[in-house]
Amino acid sequence: METVKQLSLFLENKPGNVYGICSTLGEAGVNIYTLTLADTAQFGILRMIVEDSEAAKALLEKAGYVVNIADVLAVRIDNQPGRLAQVADILNKEEINVEYVYAFANRHIFLYRVSDTEKAYSKLVSNGFCVLSSQELFNTNK
Amino acid sequence: MERSALQALAQKDFMSRDELESIQLKRLKNIVSHAYKNQALFRSRMQEKGLDDTCIKELKDIQKLPFFKKVDLRDTYPFGLLCVPMENIIRLQASSGTTGSPIVIAYTKEDVACWQEATMRALMIAGIGSGDILQNAYGYGLFTGGMGLHYGAEGLGVTVLPISSGNTERQIKLMSDFGVTAISCTPSYFLHIIEKAKQLGYDFKKMKLRHGIFGAEPWTNEMRQRIEQESGIKAWDIYGLTEISGPGVAMDCPARTGLHMFEDLFYPEVIDPETGEALPDGTEGELVITTLNKFGMPMIRYRTRDISVIVKGTCECGRTIRRIKRIDHRNDDMLIIRGVNVFPSQIEAALLTIPGVQPHYHIIVRRHGDLDTLEVQVELSAELFGDTIRSIEVIQKKIGNAIKSIIGLAVTVTPVEP
Repeated sequence: METVKQLSLFLENKPGNVYGICSTLGEAGVNIYTLTLADTAQFGILRMIVEDSEAAKALLEKAGYVVNIADVLAVRIDNQPGRLAQVADILNKEEINVEYVYAFANRHIFLYRVSDTEKAYSKLVSNGFCVLSSQELFNTNK
Repeated sequence: MERSALQALAQKDFMSRDELESIQLKRLKNIVSHAYKNQALFRSRMQEKGLDDTCIKELKDIQKLPFFKKVDLRDTYPFGLLCVPMENIIRLQASSGTTGSPIVIAYTKEDVACWQEATMRALMIAGIGSGDILQNAYGYGLFTGGMGLHYGAEGLGVTVLPISSGNTERQIKLMSDFGVTAISCTPSYFLHIIEKAKQLGYDFKKMKLRHGIFGAEPWTNEMRQRIEQESGIKAWDIYGLTEISGPGVAMDCPARTGLHMFEDLFYPEVIDPETGEALPDGTEGELVITTLNKFGMPMIRYRTRDISVIVKGTCECGRTIRRIKRIDHRNDDMLIIRGVNVFPSQIEAALLTIPGVQPHYHIIVRRHGDLDTLEVQVELSAELFGDTIRSIEVIQKKIGNAIKSIIGLAVTVTPVEP
């Protein structure tokens, strides 16, 4: 199974928080490939993809952030009508929940966090979808 | 009780200092002897100091006696301080302790009568009596507020509406429909009633309400002014604590220069909280109270943690019993939220019941409208955080429930970064 390691950071809603994280990584020469921010009235969760997630996690923890690593599926989905629906249909039939999904900015790659990663992976691959490994993801992005 | 008997009771507040002090001395000797004979903890502490039950020759000999603290009640929970056989106990009341274990106070029939006398005298100072209708909105149950005021008012022949706390709309409706003349509750709850009544279109000027007996939490003169301006009633401050008996230990008078302590029942001292040394009247320190007429669980030199002053000189109202300055702060970390005692250690104990939660927290008390609210900010560890909003919300709920089950109040739980 190919998955990509995603960093999840717990954030209080306060000014400068996202900047602090991005600058910590930037100063250490860590490239952020993509990120997404989910928020509630009280707090937020920042999720991001970097090449060396373990190193970045250690770096951020040292800076005082609460960080977890989660497995996500990086699925290449053609820029055609109905393709996203097809993915949703595959997962739905297997009763796999999508916890969240977000996209790479300028590529047709979507990151899926699901309730059953392994099953979702095999079903997507058997349905002809390209699910990228970390290496493939970062190489196609360079 | 007949009018003449009530008058005699009210007159106790005016007896000469000589007469009062001779009663105090007699009762002090008696209670010290009773506790010495019947309570192992007191006896051993006395013996450590080389004292026995004959050590009281004059009132100031009280200063030789050992102190009691809240921790003693916890350490001997539930009945270790009992000085009479259990079959002589007719009532148990309790208040929250510091670690989830409550403080229990046991009363004999005479103790309940003594407590009733104190609350009757307190209400009489406010001029409340037969013909009045008292809406008792203190909580009934283990908390002493409800039962204490109830017995006092009933003893005076007041019509008591034992409504207990909560359900504000019903409180206002019955207050208006029944022609209630006096209410007893926490001052913050009454401010809440005022706000709610305004929203519902009630006019206090058209109601018969004249008096509010407010206590169970520290409150300021500013709060008193606001209550009186907005509702047109007279706001009276009543002081008491479960360990001593309940409400009615001391009471405001029309002169408003301090709360008169019913000194023939409760002997006040003020000490230096650091050294334990007794301080002269007029000096601020920690209030220490001895129950002179309570036998089930007497409290000898009980350290209240309330900071006050015994006011010097006589009161213009003519009462000879001494006054304590209104309590507006304490010297421990106890918070009083909507009349409920909350210790940070209880929050800590609640947090520790949830695996993975570290007891690193902030407690934030806010006055929201007129009610105090409690927010608990808890550090979120990576282990608890998971990676979804849902996982955090589950933890928030768990923590909130754990705290509520210990302190009895709903709190807002906010996860924060370490």
